[in-house]
Amino acid sequence: MLLELRDLHVNYGNVEALHGINLSVNEGEIVTILGANGAGKSTTLNSICGLVKATKGEILLDGEPIHSVPAHNIVKMGISQSPEGRRVFSTLTVEENMDLGAFTMKDSAKIERNREWIYDLFPRLLERRTQLAGTLSGGEQQMLAIGRALMSSPRLLLLDEPSLGLAPILVKSIFETIRKINKHGLTVILVEQNARAALKLADRGYVMEVGNIVLADDAKSLLSNPEIQSAYLGGKGL
Amino acid sequence: MEEFFQQLTNGLAVGGIYALIALGYTMVYGVLKLINFAHGDLFTIGAFLGLTLLTSLGLTDSVGPVAGLLVLAVMVVVLVGVVGYLLERIAYRPLRTSPRLSAVVSALGASIFFQNAIMLIWGARPLVYPHGLLPNITVDIFGVELPLIRIIMFAISVLLMCGLYYLTHKTRIGTAIRAAAIDQGAAKLMGIDVNRVISLVFMIGPALGGAAGVMVGLYYGQINFTMGWLYGLKAFTAAILGGIGNIPGAMLGGLLLGVVESLGAAYISIAWKDAISFLVLILILIVRPTGLLGERVADKV
Ligand SMILES: Nc1ncnc2c1ncn2[C@@H]1O[C@H](COP(=O)(O)OP(=O)(O)OP(=O)(O)O)[C@@H](O)[C@H]1O
Ligand SMILES: [Mg+2]
Repeated sequence: MLLELRDLHVNYGNVEALHGINLSVNEGEIVTILGANGAGKSTTLNSICGLVKATKGEILLDGEPIHSVPAHNIVKMGISQSPEGRRVFSTLTVEENMDLGAFTMKDSAKIERNREWIYDLFPRLLERRTQLAGTLSGGEQQMLAIGRALMSSPRLLLLDEPSLGLAPILVKSIFETIRKINKHGLTVILVEQNARAALKLADRGYVMEVGNIVLADDAKSLLSNPEIQSAYLGGKGL
Repeated sequence: MEEFFQQLTNGLAVGGIYALIALGYTMVYGVLKLINFAHGDLFTIGAFLGLTLLTSLGLTDSVGPVAGLLVLAVMVVVLVGVVGYLLERIAYRPLRTSPRLSAVVSALGASIFFQNAIMLIWGARPLVYPHGLLPNITVDIFGVELPLIRIIMFAISVLLMCGLYYLTHKTRIGTAIRAAAIDQGAAKLMGIDVNRVISLVFMIGPALGGAAGVMVGLYYGQINFTMGWLYGLKAFTAAILGGIGNIPGAMLGGLLLGVVESLGAAYISIAWKDAISFLVLILILIVRPTGLLGERVADKV
């Protein structure tokens, strides 16, 4: 097992946002986390990255606890995130954003291989590499956020709503790219509002409601689960 | 024309000093969104440390004026950098998650502390830098006789600014500093140790301010424990003028303010010299609160 969350509790001030969740991810999988606004999906990803600290429970990577590791050391352990809202460095160029993705990397040959692969995944970024990230379109910023996260050669990639606010055609291509990234050997945790597309892509899925995981199953079973269909898939079947 | 050129070059020399101090304000604001009100006093500390080291070590006698002043400047830069580092660790870091006002109060407190410490150590009376360290000669440029020291001052501040620009815009750690200024959370996701970036900024800014302190001592000859207040306020104006948080903006703002002030003093009235800076500050805040190069609105002080 690559990653495991055990009875994870997270607080914001006095308010508990995660009430003890259990979640596991195997090497090579795509795992999706579904849930309504405020369910705690981003909080879950941010706690894995150390941006928010667990008040109780454990986060294990290869069986080793990482919940006390400071956020800036997590990326060295092979975990990187494309955060909700993209959060590209808007007054830096595309290339500078990419370089920052490789901030912890020493091996320059490897950095260049990564860069080449990412520009291959997102040729648009190559065209725009001298442009300020803030001047990119929403879709391009999303590509940059994912590309930047890939620069550190992660084993585990966390994607927080990569399709948010994108035109349908771009959504399709982002999902296609996620599949390619996974085929490349990366394990992916995908948080999505676009539940149908996410479940079609994923191996397994978790459903969160107000800080709890209420359902965990194979993606296929979740797709055909009537409750999920009515709550997250717009009521229609496949 | 001669008069104009004299005032212009004088303004650039003084403006270079403002710019060096302004960089400290702007870099700290960039990463912490905090006006470090104690920054002017770090500049004063630089001036006094410079004088003490100058008179006690006798470097200019043993290794010659140029090498001596260079060694002296390096020592001051390092020492003031350390003071800046300690300032952040003691006065600001414990308040990182507190309401903004706490940090502002702490900054004001640190400023009062430094001023009193300087007064206790070096006394309340003005002190004088030794004369004749730099040859009092003039250089003929386009038919105008300019004091050599003015040219040297300007050259040094430009050199330091180029160095800083290179550091912040062309190096890995500099890119990390700019990234942390934009989004600390995202910077952490990149593996950037934001606390180290903040410490670094609190060393670089004061170090430049300390260097400016020595330069003022050498240029004007006289220093006193309250000098950081006026220089600090002018440099702060320069930072706002250029767009607070913006590094090239602080450089431009400093030089521009120096020139405006110098020309204003010459052609309007010398009595208005200091008022001009504040007039400039008020005008920018009204007309262009983001400053010349700034994108952010300076809404928080
Ligand atoms: N920085 C914060 N401070 C205080 N409360 C927060 C903070 N971030 C999130 N919360 C709260 O924690 C809960 C979970 O938020 P989270 O962002 O993890 O939800 P989410 O599932 O990602 O929602 P969305 O689909 O809207 O992105 C919410 O009730 C939210 O209001
Ligand atoms: Mg979210």
